[in-house]
Amino acid sequence: MAATTNAIIDLRSVGKAFAKRSGEPFTVLHDINLALHTNEVLGLLGRSGSGKSTLLRIAGGLIRPTSGEVLYNGSPLTGPAEGIAVVFQTFALFPWLTVLENVELGLDALGLRGDESRRRAEQAIDLIGLDGFQTAYPRELSGGMRQRVGFARAIAVRPDVLLMDEPFSALDVLTAETLRTDFLDLWEERQLPTKAVLMVTHNIEEAVLMCDRLLLLAPNPGRIAAEIPVPLARPRNRLDQEFGSIVDEVYAVLTARTVASIGALRQAHEGVTQPLPQAPVNRMSGLIAFLAAPPYDGRAELDTLATTLSLTVNDLFPIAEGLHLLEFAELKDGGLKLTAAGQVFAGSGTDERKKLFREHLLRFVPLTAHICRVLQEREGHSAPRLRFEVELEDHLSRDDAERTLRAATAWGRYAELFGYDDNTQAYSTIAPSGA
Amino acid sequence: MQQRVAILRAGFWHRQPANWRDLVALILVVAIILLLGSGARQMVAPFVVAQQPEISLAPSALPNDALRTTMRMLVAMIASLLFTFTYGTAAAKSRRAEMVLIPLLDVLQSVPVLGYLSFTVVFFVSLFPHQALGVELAAIFAIFTSQAWNMAFSFFQSLRTVPYDLDEASRGFRLSAWQRFWRLEVPFAMPGLVWNTMMSMSGGWFFVVASEAIAVGEMHVELPGIGSYVAHAIAERNLAAVGWAIAAMTVTIVIYDQLLFRPLVAWSNKFHYEQTAATVVPKSWVADLFHRARMFHAIADSIGAMATTVARARLSIGPLALRRDGYIRLLPFYLIDMVWYGSILLAIAYLGWVLLRFAGAELSWADVREASRDGSITLLRVAILVAIATIVWVPIGVAIGLRPALAEKVQPLVQFLAAFPANLLFPVAVYLIARFQLAPEIWLSPLMILGTQWYIVFNVIAGASAFPTDFKEAAATFRVGGWHWWRDVMLPGIFPYYVTGAITASGGAWNASIVSEAVSWGPVKLNGGGLGAYIARMTEAGDFARIALGIAVMSVLVVGMNRLLWRPLYAYAERRTRLD
Repeated sequence: MAATTNAIIDLRSVGKAFAKRSGEPFTVLHDINLALHTNEVLGLLGRSGSGKSTLLRIAGGLIRPTSGEVLYNGSPLTGPAEGIAVVFQTFALFPWLTVLENVELGLDALGLRGDESRRRAEQAIDLIGLDGFQTAYPRELSGGMRQRVGFARAIAVRPDVLLMDEPFSALDVLTAETLRTDFLDLWEERQLPTKAVLMVTHNIEEAVLMCDRLLLLAPNPGRIAAEIPVPLARPRNRLDQEFGSIVDEVYAVLTARTVASIGALRQAHEGVTQPLPQAPVNRMSGLIAFLAAPPYDGRAELDTLATTLSLTVNDLFPIAEGLHLLEFAELKDGGLKLTAAGQVFAGSGTDERKKLFREHLLRFVPLTAHICRVLQEREGHSAPRLRFEVELEDHLSRDDAERTLRAATAWGRYAELFGYDDNTQAYSTIAPSGA
Repeated sequence: MQQRVAILRAGFWHRQPANWRDLVALILVVAIILLLGSGARQMVAPFVVAQQPEISLAPSALPNDALRTTMRMLVAMIASLLFTFTYGTAAAKSRRAEMVLIPLLDVLQSVPVLGYLSFTVVFFVSLFPHQALGVELAAIFAIFTSQAWNMAFSFFQSLRTVPYDLDEASRGFRLSAWQRFWRLEVPFAMPGLVWNTMMSMSGGWFFVVASEAIAVGEMHVELPGIGSYVAHAIAERNLAAVGWAIAAMTVTIVIYDQLLFRPLVAWSNKFHYEQTAATVVPKSWVADLFHRARMFHAIADSIGAMATTVARARLSIGPLALRRDGYIRLLPFYLIDMVWYGSILLAIAYLGWVLLRFAGAELSWADVREASRDGSITLLRVAILVAIATIVWVPIGVAIGLRPALAEKVQPLVQFLAAFPANLLFPVAVYLIARFQLAPEIWLSPLMILGTQWYIVFNVIAGASAFPTDFKEAAATFRVGGWHWWRDVMLPGIFPYYVTGAITASGGAWNASIVSEAVSWGPVKLNGGGLGAYIARMTEAGDFARIALGIAVMSVLVVGMNRLLWRPLYAYAERRTRLD
């Protein structure tokens, strides 16, 4: 990040913290330096929870940072600004307004005259390929057409900067591809009034296809872990050697980051408060079976897995991370390799699997071992959920604590380590069957 | 292209041939305007409490009486809407205002409406001493109190649950507060608001009837209307006149519903946030008529366009609006908070002191004991009646709800029965009780739930209709039957709906107790005992301290029942019947 002279949006040591239940701050973003330059499409890539959407909203003035400053065209940004428009993941269309009225909504804030507003809205609708849909209500449109309205609404205000928050992730594969191509065509042909684009995505191929530069965010707290330039000419071809090697590089950086953070968090607080990934047992079993079978025979590249199983990074990584954490598989260099235990798991029946899972859970997931220990020590062998919730919230955000406890509960129930009653919100010991 | 069509239509609407629907629509519009004008003129007519016009019991007087009653309903609805937009917005936008306004609303909701009446009549009459307007306002206020709290609460909750992405979009595109209100907040709240207005309308009819003939101490007021017509019929023991009044009320409610609420519901359907195509689209012949009447459609279009222009104008108060996110603060946040908390505490302490002094001078512990004893009688009645209504109506409601074709026909009827002011039927019941010398303590009780039991029916039918088909099929495949089927399949399925209905039914029963525990038929006075009878007796005597005491006891009981029984039940129902 050498030259910040032509930066349209410039984030300088931006940090964001929320208050935890105890009142202490919980850091979501830490010391972010980011410059969005003219004529570039900048991608923010990272797992869910890495704060990438928060970062986008800070750049758009929708959320205020708790530290650092945001400069827009050289002056501080104090709120949503005239030259910045956002395209939302959920489209954020007003269901009671027609396509035309939705597009005009963005223009109303500019206080334009009625006919001028109408002219600009029609222009944007025409450009984005929505002609003929002006009087339709959003509910009549397919997902792809709805997001086109989202684009038209953003473009109609003629923004310098377009902020896109996972704009294609709510669409099916084919529709997403069509919209991506259409958008890239407009961008390449300079038909858009926009000078720069900042987009959030968790789809690595999409990022390499669309962006000129990628910033990889790492979670806990969210920070920029790596910057990867994408110096490929457009239009880009997914089958190109270079394209593939950049995708591999991104995967490698992400896996290295994940492995490093698992190691680091295990050290802290004896690992009890280590955040656990959302990896349902059935998904992990399925992935183990998939890896164990030919042609993979125990090892596969993550991008191969993502493509073959049609999973996004957001779906795949938690499962891979779960397997890595439980030492049924190892994450390394953008690939996933079954361990000896993983191979045994793949070849076992239900009861042996449970037994193996139980052993690994006790050895490698300190939180479940901790819950078991507490239950043993307490009178009546039961403990309220709140006890562990509070313990986790000392070190994790509320959502992370909730997610982690939910994962530990699901794993522990499957392994028959302990029982949980949702009515009384309490854990209790159970006698495992076949033990 | 589209734009040009719109211009054509707006500019040359008079060239569009009018069709027969235009004629019908025209007749409707002119008739409504004339009627409303006549009703309004009567409202501001001179009026002296001491020399009131004689209420005629001739059936020919009923159309005008119905018109006067309807006028009150309309005015109250508009007032409620204004209140909703201001009060609800204030509570939703300011954390400090919310701290005071929402608990206040919660209490106001549970205070028996008719309790206010005795206080407000005196107040409003003194505001406009020589006009009918004062008494009219008192009656309107009674209706207002029966719907405004509900509506404001619904609006408040809608404002708090505005979808996050739409909120971000409106901030991202920098809409002004005015634009945001009309483009986002009001549309989003509309379906809930219309639904709540319709649901509280039944309370409205009940209270408008009850408030037209008021006697507080020395002051007797009779406003022309269906309510005073019935009151007069009771005094003269004229059962035929009661029958006429019931007929007139029926016609009035049907017309009001068809001309006002059906079109409103059909219109508000487009504001539903869920983007899936609705399975059942509410229909209204009136809405269709005006929609298809070409000339009217064109006129409506241009009025709509004007409204839209106003809604889209920025009307921003400039840089002040920017400060709302707290960039410029004169005082630290917590300091303002402390001052605010402090003033609330002071105000409460002062009011408490005033109350204590007032109560200490007028009331003794014996009064409190009496009111509490009467309160427990009424509490027992409400509990037993809700239980009986449950046992009777849940199986019937389920049976109807499981037959979609039947449910579709029955639901409007049930809604009508809920809207019908049950107090018009009281004279019939009282006549029978007096005739057969029945014990009023027992036989007056059913009157309390006469009008509100329909909420249980309505909600149970809705719950059974919405019960997922695959659950029904699963139960059938595994041959779950008999009591087992009720316990494990149907009752849990309709439980949240039932709780909603039962809350409304029991709330309504409390309110109705004031007019149903003490009734008369000519010179015959029947008293069932209980808190409602206590308040009614004190109102007649004009004993304000004891009216206030009765209201306070009732509020405490209603709030207590909501907090200790209904809310936990509702939370339980929500938690247990959710799959995710």
